Amino acid sequence: MQLIPCPWCGPREEAEFHYGGQAHVAYPEDPSALSDEEWAQYVFFRENPSGPFAERWSHSAGCRRWFNAVRDTRTHDLLAVYRVGEPMPEVTA
Amino acid sequence: MTVSPLAAWTDRLAALAPALDVTEVPFRSQLTVRVSDPDAIAAMGDALGVRFPAVPCTFSAGTGEFGAVEVLWLGPDEFLVTASPDLQVTIEEVLRGALQDVRGSVVDTSAQRTTVVLQGPRARDVLAHGCSVDLHPASAPRGTCVQTLLARTGIVLQVNDDGYTILVRSSFAEYFAAWLADAATEYLAVP
Ligand SMILES: [Zn+2]
Repeated sequence: MQLIPCPWCGPREEAEFHYGGQAHVAYPEDPSALSDEEWAQYVFFRENPSGPFAERWSHSAGCRRWFNAVRDTRTHDLLAVYRVGEPMPEVTA
Repeated sequence: MTVSPLAAWTDRLAALAPALDVTEVPFRSQLTVRVSDPDAIAAMGDALGVRFPAVPCTFSAGTGEFGAVEVLWLGPDEFLVTASPDLQVTIEEVLRGALQDVRGSVVDTSAQRTTVVLQGPRARDVLAHGCSVDLHPASAPRGTCVQTLLARTGIVLQVNDDGYTILVRSSFAEYFAAWLADAATEYLAVP
């Protein structure tokens, strides 16, 4: 089984984790000022790259913390993990 | 009379010896502490007489005013304090007093989990049937404390000098016992 390295607990089986979608999608500064289309863009539209992708993961069966990971969508390799609030590290796919 | 979660399993678990010694230690006092302020964490450790673990995936143990107390790391701002039965109210008050008005919480979760001590020559082999965490002493020395899955059920696992302490949710305890009995079958003496 794929191991995912939790930034707190170290490598654990993928079954201990939950996927949380694209990382670094900021909540709108002034939500009420958004048009319906802009709101839909924020809620529903995500990147779908072929290659490195910054994602949120939760170590739900372990320390129950959210963290960020850069995953190569072509190989499922986790290129980097980093804690919430830390900048996305440089990765080479 | 209060019946422990594994009371009905005493005989079936005893039959796993000597390969595996399984002992339920029910009704332990357990308090979930959420706090991130380092001064408050230190004050709570002083109040207990046991320092809170500073390293992820470890636990600390000591003896103080409340007897033998353990503090388990559950997350960067989350700990579980465990002690003998019937101390939860006293310890909760003492920890709340140490927390003062710092942001955090102390919650009595004693009923959430029961405690099972696993010892015996096959304890690590049996756990390996359903737990992917490497429990070899080289990677899980004494003092290790991990939350993980054992046969799909969530557990907290502590590594002691002479075996393991497993905290399992009370409602999953019988499932855990049934799994344990099955996983240990191959290590039992053939009659
Ligand atoms: Zn973790």
